[in-house]
Amino acid sequence: MLSPGLILLVSAAYMGLLFAVARFGDARADAGRSIITANVYALSLAVYCTSWTFYGSVGRATSGGLSFLTIYIGPTLMLLFAGVIVKMIRIAKTQRLTSIADFIAARYGKSQLLAGLVTVIAVIGIVPYIALQLKAVAASLDVLIGKEGAGYLPAMFDSTLIIAALLALFTILFGTRHLDATERHEGMVAAVAFESVVKLVAFVAVGLFVTYGMFGGFAELFQRAAATPGLERLLQLDSAKAGTWAALILLSGLAIIFLPRQFQIIVVENVDESHLRRAVWLFPLYLVLINIFVLPLALGGLLHFQGQTFNPDTFVLTLPLARGAETLALLVFIGGLSAATGMVIVETIALSTMVCNDLVMPWLLRTRRFGVAEREDLSGLLLGIRRVAIVAILLLGYIYFRAAGEAYALVGIGLISFAAVAQFAPAVFGGMYWKQGTHAGAVAGLLGGFAVWLYTLLLPSFAKSGWIDKGFVENGLFGIGALKAQALFGLAGLDEISHSLWWSLFVNIGLYVAVSLWSRPDAVEAGQAERFVDVFKHAGRGTDARLWRGTASAEELVGLLDRFLGRPRARQQLANYAAGRGLDDWRSLPVDAEFVRFAETQLSGAIGSASARVMVASVAKEEDLGLDEVLDILDEATQVRAYSRELEAKQQELEAATAELREANERLRELDRMKDDFISTVTHELRTPLTSIRALSEMLHEDPEIDVDDRTRFLGIIVNEAERLTRLINQILDMAKLESGRAEWTTGEVDVAAIVREAMDSVGQLFRDKAVALEGEIPDSVPAVLADRDRLTQVMINLLSNAVKFVAGGSGRVKVRVVAGERALRVEVIDNGPGLTPEECVVIFEKFRQGGNTMTDKPQGTGLGLPISRQIVEYFGGNLWVESSPGAGATFVFTVPLPAHE
Amino acid sequence: MAKKILIVDDEPNIVISLEFLMKKEGFDVAVAGDGEEALAKVAAFGPDLVLLDVMMPKKSGFEVCEALRADPARGGLLIVMLTAKGRDTEVAKGIALGADAYVTKPFSTKELVAKVKGMLAA
Repeated sequence: MLSPGLILLVSAAYMGLLFAVARFGDARADAGRSIITANVYALSLAVYCTSWTFYGSVGRATSGGLSFLTIYIGPTLMLLFAGVIVKMIRIAKTQRLTSIADFIAARYGKSQLLAGLVTVIAVIGIVPYIALQLKAVAASLDVLIGKEGAGYLPAMFDSTLIIAALLALFTILFGTRHLDATERHEGMVAAVAFESVVKLVAFVAVGLFVTYGMFGGFAELFQRAAATPGLERLLQLDSAKAGTWAALILLSGLAIIFLPRQFQIIVVENVDESHLRRAVWLFPLYLVLINIFVLPLALGGLLHFQGQTFNPDTFVLTLPLARGAETLALLVFIGGLSAATGMVIVETIALSTMVCNDLVMPWLLRTRRFGVAEREDLSGLLLGIRRVAIVAILLLGYIYFRAAGEAYALVGIGLISFAAVAQFAPAVFGGMYWKQGTHAGAVAGLLGGFAVWLYTLLLPSFAKSGWIDKGFVENGLFGIGALKAQALFGLAGLDEISHSLWWSLFVNIGLYVAVSLWSRPDAVEAGQAERFVDVFKHAGRGTDARLWRGTASAEELVGLLDRFLGRPRARQQLANYAAGRGLDDWRSLPVDAEFVRFAETQLSGAIGSASARVMVASVAKEEDLGLDEVLDILDEATQVRAYSRELEAKQQELEAATAELREANERLRELDRMKDDFISTVTHELRTPLTSIRALSEMLHEDPEIDVDDRTRFLGIIVNEAERLTRLINQILDMAKLESGRAEWTTGEVDVAAIVREAMDSVGQLFRDKAVALEGEIPDSVPAVLADRDRLTQVMINLLSNAVKFVAGGSGRVKVRVVAGERALRVEVIDNGPGLTPEECVVIFEKFRQGGNTMTDKPQGTGLGLPISRQIVEYFGGNLWVESSPGAGATFVFTVPLPAHE
Repeated sequence: MAKKILIVDDEPNIVISLEFLMKKEGFDVAVAGDGEEALAKVAAFGPDLVLLDVMMPKKSGFEVCEALRADPARGGLLIVMLTAKGRDTEVAKGIALGADAYVTKPFSTKELVAKVKGMLAA
């Protein structure tokens, strides 16, 4: 066993180290070089893991198996709603809110009543939790020192009281060094983060020692446990407990925000909203690490101490001690001490701020007896009150510990505290997202929820400790069965925590919503509702300034600041504020609404928003704005926002329209360019025959001596070229008509077979002239289609004259097939000409692009026949294409759809 | 000795008329129907002047002009571009590529003859 002296020495040294860390953090903060990084912030969140985690998780695991994990799943899930937490941080920063009580009070019209109520609930809910920490430290000391060490202190000093006193001293040194307008304690946060590391290292160390030192690793441990009767069930998830699990997850998820210490660390101590992004994964990771060895430790303890009665809550100490690893046990003790002190320090600071700002100050300011209202400098008094509050809270914790002792009331007290602070959830979340939530609603909800909590959870725990009569638990209040404290209105079958949570939240939310809807907010409340819910939209202070009207003197306001903040700090804040408004000297500040608001915000940081409101109102001559007026102003602000949103939307529309116009313009340009190209091409096509005609006719005209052969030849060329020109002009006009949709169509039922035969007849002479064979494979009758007879004839003649043009004279063969398909008629013109390359198969359907490329067989076409034919066929819903490859002839195919069957 | 003229055009009827016109003026004439043939004929025939159509299969008049100007041995060769596309950009392109003159179709036979004679005489 370890000697008390050594333990005391190590503990003192450790506390000294913590204090050094805190002083360093404070010094750096004062120098403007904060050491609060995202990692430090995330680690400080682990103040969530108290001695309850450190010792108690193992204890819970020995009886409840994996259910201890719910306490860590809840916070992990809650952190996923980072947006909610960021909003909370932003609200607290803009309003200079310093505690959960302040937060709720400020939202509902800076109500002193609400602030006090929340403080009372918090204190009643948390004091047992602090007692638990004291007990944990005391119990761990007992284990470490052992029975033979008992009596190392005179009986009148019990170790727990000394621990409580030391913690109080420590907390005072940490938390009330000076009065800060932002109520931030960077030194404390740094120390808490440091403690988080220490407790993690200690817990993992003992976990490794037990798992690998005393047993052969996870696998062996779990195998042995599974083989031991009574232990195997710890390894299984009990589906019957699903309801309990859900309740515990919800409860711990709320606790991670609403426990006063968590609100302090997450919201008040936050220096940079972006730190939350790190915490969202680092804190859950921390929870995973600190929980890995919980089950192995529980199983290890149960296996090792089989048959003996050892408190499972102290397995982390007794296991190493059983193997004589005293140094490790000492490290574990320091880890446990870290867990307890971290919780106590932050929790007590948070509670003392609330007690001071929300209970004591309002009372002091109202009673004239102490002359507080007239005192010159109140900052010292404020610190004094907080110090007394710290001592008082720890004393309360100690008294509770003494009274409860080993009684039931201390078992699972953590969860009872969780359930108490869960009552803040409706008022806070409602306040952040629901403008209709009112002061009356919040008070009703909180009172209702708290009453249910008291009746179904705290009082039964007292009853089980034997302090009060058990009647109301077993038989119901006044013997009414429906009022059984843990089976309210017959809701039995749940464990006590779930039962209390569901009922209290049901009553709380129900009253909050119902009373809010039924009551009307006053002017201050309506303004605050706006500022909370729309905190991200209130970029400017325009609305804020207009929500206050009255006159105030700078002297009195500055006097207030001097008194509550202390002169130097007040002057420094004033100078900063003046610089922010572009003034060199704060004495030249205009005493306007904005200045009054600044003073009130500064005061809020020191004494809470509710008291600050009262103090400012006492020195300023304020005009009461009616609720309607406030709502008008807010409405106007909303309208301005609506207008600006509308403008934004309009601007976007304009931008979209501009983009569309630009696109349309691009398209027009492209069309213009195409038209330009087309005209240039048409010009070229027209000028080419004209060139021959003009040159030859000029020569004939000027030189009558040209011999007859040449003359005849030239005149023949002139005639041909003139014909070509005529054709060209006709086809260009035809094309233009087709493309512009101005072509005239006479659509009727036509017999395609007949049209094909007629077309073959009319071009027969061309084929005979060139000695090209033309044959048809045409059914006697084909179904009639809807088309223009002349146009189809035009297509056929075009295809046939193309074919005859390209096949060789003499050996050329052209075949025409008509096939009636299921949905369309198919007409094929097959030749044995030179064929087309794949590229040509495409380009021949473009305007003025012809197949054939040598001078000798220069086609006498216009380059418009196929484009026109394709336009015609497509007009009737068909297709025109060519299948060909070089040397294999070409097959031109077009289809005309058959009329749909009725 | 008669000056030699090479006529390059893919339109047979224009070739016929230009050939007749230039022969009548006493020039020695050869013809080509596309850009590749034109380059071959320039090498074989060694003309003093080329009447060069722009829009031709295989190699356009611009390409032929560029190829001829790239050959230092043909430094004195005169090139007259003929085009049915009357756009200014075409004219500018031809001149930039080193053509000596640019004639748009349809042309006046008298003016063309005068221009050719003038160029060959200078």
